[in-house]
Amino acid sequence: MRKIIDSLTEKIIFICGMLSIVFVILIFSFLFKEGFSFFKHFGCIKFVFGTLWYPTSEPAQFGILPLIIGSFLVTLGACIVAIPIGIMTALYISEIAPKYLRDILKFLVELIATIPSVVIGFVGMIFFVPVVKLVFKVPTGLTAFSGAIMLAFMAIPTIVTISEDAIHSVPCHYREGALALGATKWQTIRRVVLKAAMPGIIAAVMLAIGRVVGETMAVMMITGNAASIPHSVFSPVRTMTATIAAEMGETVRGSMHYQALFAIGLVLFVITFIINFIADLLLETKRK
Amino acid sequence: MSQIIAKNFNLYYNNFHALKDINVTINEHMITAMIGPSGCGKSSFLRAINRINDTIEGVTTTGQINVLGQDIYNKKVNINALRRNVGMVFQRPNPFPISIYENVAFGLRVNRILTKKNMIDIIVEKSLRDVLLWKDLKDKLKKSALNLTLEQQQRLCIARVLAVEPHIILLDESCSSLDPVAVQRIEELMLKLKDQYTIVMVTHNMQQAARISHDTIFMLSGNLVEFNTTKNIFSKPIKRETQDYISGKYG
Repeated sequence: MRKIIDSLTEKIIFICGMLSIVFVILIFSFLFKEGFSFFKHFGCIKFVFGTLWYPTSEPAQFGILPLIIGSFLVTLGACIVAIPIGIMTALYISEIAPKYLRDILKFLVELIATIPSVVIGFVGMIFFVPVVKLVFKVPTGLTAFSGAIMLAFMAIPTIVTISEDAIHSVPCHYREGALALGATKWQTIRRVVLKAAMPGIIAAVMLAIGRVVGETMAVMMITGNAASIPHSVFSPVRTMTATIAAEMGETVRGSMHYQALFAIGLVLFVITFIINFIADLLLETKRK
Repeated sequence: MSQIIAKNFNLYYNNFHALKDINVTINEHMITAMIGPSGCGKSSFLRAINRINDTIEGVTTTGQINVLGQDIYNKKVNINALRRNVGMVFQRPNPFPISIYENVAFGLRVNRILTKKNMIDIIVEKSLRDVLLWKDLKDKLKKSALNLTLEQQQRLCIARVLAVEPHIILLDESCSSLDPVAVQRIEELMLKLKDQYTIVMVTHNMQQAARISHDTIFMLSGNLVEFNTTKNIFSKPIKRETQDYISGKYG
């Protein structure tokens, strides 16, 4: 009987492990099937580097460069804000804060992570967008900048919780070794703790970037959704994700437009794949 | 000729009285061993000498420890300078996750002793030579220190301490994670170093204390029971507890 349970458990675990791989392959092949026929009809270069996105005019234009730049701007802006704040918050929580404050801060940060993105988008639209319009004297507050700031709010909890874990799990003997050589607390943190925690911190940042690139609801509400190449961070932009979400409902199944949206999905998939690949590469070189 | 003098020194972990009224004078340029059963306070005492115990929450002390002529528990003491003068090698080798070179240069950099690269090069080489690692590692200085064998790592940790030229070196059971051959070689290294440095070592290995130390401190439940030359401690201990411990009745 125990043998049966044992082998059964093993098989169930095996199936679960295989399932996740199967799902990824299925999703990818589905994306690929719909997207590929689009590439065949429209052309890959024209699609990625085309500057006009007019999917419903005659003849239809499917250039996603404005969307890629939109996604890129918003992601970059969010990273510039979220990475330093996130890592420093993590450092403060795990290295400096007194114990009672540590628990409160961790709880609050985890609380931010649970806010649904539509709520963040909503709050940003009502409170933040008018402020941006007023302060920077731009015609509309619905800009890449506003989107980046709100997305930074969503990225920070990811960065903080995962880097905090990484920093916290740096073995105590590293800290003691550095202090015993006469290093100050800050020197110990900068030269030893951060270095030891770096793989975890990079993983945290990559996860956060992944979340920001894939985020849809908040950016759709805040960035203005203008599918044109932005002149500055204070121009309205539209991201790839927002395009898919906004237009999927209006397309005819199997049409060129429908397939174009799948092709965008494929591009997104490739981009996140590259981000993960770079992360792995960085981690690999760090270990050597 | 004494570098470490404890006067009525007490140490508490919150309410736990870990060191009770320690009075001892440790001599210069020799190896002093601290022995005693687990939990007797020998590591706590060692870790009090460079104040690395401060990193543990809830530690309080009374009394004095004088190191190199100053009371290190005085508020005005510069702890970073103290720790530079009182190097420590830990139980488990703990090289930092950086290159071999940077591990040795670490103390020089954080204490701003040297900033010129060619000067640092010289000290790194000298320190690695002192611990007999230079020949094996001179072509791998840029490699991560974590890929070394345990013995090499522990030697590197000693080199890292030597680089900042301390007066005192504390060894906290620094051989306990090494194999017997490595232990022997590290002991030879320590015998070589004692001419230049004052060495205080905690060990759970009585034979090791007998082999290489000049003086021995025996501790039991937070008390310093007996302090004498190693020869006397092992041949004609004065206290009953010491006699029982070294003859293996407990511990």
